[in-house]
Amino acid sequence: MAKEKTAIVATGQTHHRSSRLDVNGIELIHEAVTRCLEDGELTIDDIDAVVIGNMDHFEGINYVDTWSIDGSGAFMKPIIKVTTGGTTGSTVGHCGYHLVASGMFDKVLAIGWEKNSESDTTAAITTAFDPIWDRLVFAGAISGLAVEAMAYMVKYGATEKDAARVAVRDRKHATNNPYAQLRKEVSIEDVMNSPMLSDPIKLLDVCPRTDGACAVVFASEQYAEKICDRPAWIHGISAKHPYNYLGDYDWEDRLPSMQMASKELYAKAGIKEPLKEIDVMELYLPYSCAGLSWIEALGLCGPGQAPKLLWDGVTDMGGELPINPSGGVIATNCIGATALLRISEAAVQVMGRGGKRQVPDVNTALASGFGGCFWSDVTLLKSTKPK
Amino acid sequence: MTNQGVDLLTINSGEAEQPFCYTVGLEGSKFLTEIRDNKRFVGIKCPKCGKVYVPPRKVCGPCFTEMTEWVPVKDEGYLHSYTILRFAFLDPETGKEKPVPYGYAFIRLDGADTDFQHYVEIKDEKKVKIGARVRAVFEEKRAGKITDVKHFVVID
Ligand SMILES: [Zn+2]
Repeated sequence: MAKEKTAIVATGQTHHRSSRLDVNGIELIHEAVTRCLEDGELTIDDIDAVVIGNMDHFEGINYVDTWSIDGSGAFMKPIIKVTTGGTTGSTVGHCGYHLVASGMFDKVLAIGWEKNSESDTTAAITTAFDPIWDRLVFAGAISGLAVEAMAYMVKYGATEKDAARVAVRDRKHATNNPYAQLRKEVSIEDVMNSPMLSDPIKLLDVCPRTDGACAVVFASEQYAEKICDRPAWIHGISAKHPYNYLGDYDWEDRLPSMQMASKELYAKAGIKEPLKEIDVMELYLPYSCAGLSWIEALGLCGPGQAPKLLWDGVTDMGGELPINPSGGVIATNCIGATALLRISEAAVQVMGRGGKRQVPDVNTALASGFGGCFWSDVTLLKSTKPK
Repeated sequence: MTNQGVDLLTINSGEAEQPFCYTVGLEGSKFLTEIRDNKRFVGIKCPKCGKVYVPPRKVCGPCFTEMTEWVPVKDEGYLHSYTILRFAFLDPETGKEKPVPYGYAFIRLDGADTDFQHYVEIKDEKKVKIGARVRAVFEEKRAGKITDVKHFVVID
C-alpha cells in the first residue's frame, strides 16, 4: 500500500520525429526534461531522484544512467535505470510512483527516451527474445503481433477493415497533437491498400519508429498542489508480466496480462463499469488490431464486440470514451518513452493542459503499457486526491 | 528541427562483429540431441500444474517449480496460430536480410501444452490455416540445432 499520496505535477516531451540529427541521445533527453521542469515551474534543484529508461541495446549504449547525466540533470542525485521492453516507459512511471508513494522521496523525475534512428529496430527487438527458441522465426514486434491478430480475427470474426478503423482513429487524433510524429490523416482505403507486412498486418496498421523523449515529475502530497493547481493523482497501478517465451502465450485469449492488470486496477480503484466511469484512455496500441482485442481485455465490451464500439465512434474524440487523443503509438513510437508518454498524456488530460487534443472535463484517465512477451502495465489517474 | 547551416553528421559503428555463444542447458540440450540422434520430440512435465513444456526447460515459471519428468510428444500437431512474414528485415543472427516470405508458426505438438515455434511451409498458402494438422520434416544431416527440423508441412 502507498504511504504517500502521489500525483503527477509536470510533464514534458520532445517534438517527435523519425530522425533527430540535431541532437544526440543525451540532448534529446535534456529537451524533454527542460520542458517538463518548465511545465512545473521547477528547477533541477527541486528534483530529489531520477528514474530513466530505454531499450539500451537499441542504441548500443549500456550505461545510460551514467552516460545521460548531462541530459537528465541527475548530477549528484540518486538515479536508476530500468528496462522492460515495450513496457519500459510504464515501468519508469511505476518506479517514479513507488519512490514517492513509499515516502522515500518527495519529487522524482521519470524519463523515458529512445533514438530508434540509430539502429535497425526489428533486428534489435529480435535480440530481446530467446536466442535458442524464439529467434529462428521471430521477426520483431510485427511478427508476434501478426500471429496474435490472426488468432483473434479467426476466433471472433473481426476483419482487417475493423482493425483499420483503429488506425484511422489514432491518425486522425494525431492531427491535434503538435508533438506527434505522423500528423497526416489516413482513410480505411489507405490502410487496406498499404503493403502487407505480415498477414494480416499492413504498413499503415503499425507504429512508426521514432526519436523522442518524455519526462514526468511525481510529487508527494506535501508538494503536489504547490507545484500544480490540478495535479493528476495516482489511484492505482498494476503490472502483469506473466511469461517470457512466446510459445507459452494464449493466442486466442485477448491479452490475458491486460485482463489481469485491469481487473486488479479496477478492484483497487473501485471501478465497476470502466466504459462509463473512465473519461479518457491513453493506450499503448502498437498496431491497429490491438485497438480491438485489447479494449475487450480492458473490459470495455465483451469478447468480439470491440469492432462495433469502434464503428459507432464510442472511442473517437467526442465519443463516450475517447481513446488516444494524442494519436497514440500508431502516430509516435519512441519505444523507451512510448509507455511513459501514455501516462504523461493521461496526466495532461486530467490537468486540462491538452490544448487541441484536450477531452472536456476529464476526472479519470487510464494509461497502459505493453511490451516484453505480451506484458501489460496499467495506471489510473484522477483529478481528486485518493482517500 | 533546424540545422543552422551545419552538416548534421552520423558515425557508423563499422564492421565490428561480436558473436555470442549461448548456453542451451541440460533440458534444452536433451531436446535438441533427441531430434539430432532419433528424430524425436520430448517435453518436460511440471509436477505441480501438470503442464507439458515443449521445448523443455528446467523451471515451470507460474509454479516456480523444477521439472524432471520427461514426456514423449509427437512430431505432429496443429497450427495454434501463424503469420506469413512478407517484409524484408535485417536478421541479427546473420547480419543479412532474412529471405521472405516465410511461414512463422506456433505449433502445438500432440502431447504438449505449449507451442513450438518454427517454419511452416507455405507452398500452398490456402492450406495454411489455424487448426491445420502439421508434421515435422527433419534435415538429413543434423547438428543439434533447432534447424535440424527443416520446417513443418500441412498434412490435411
Ligand atoms: Zn507448473
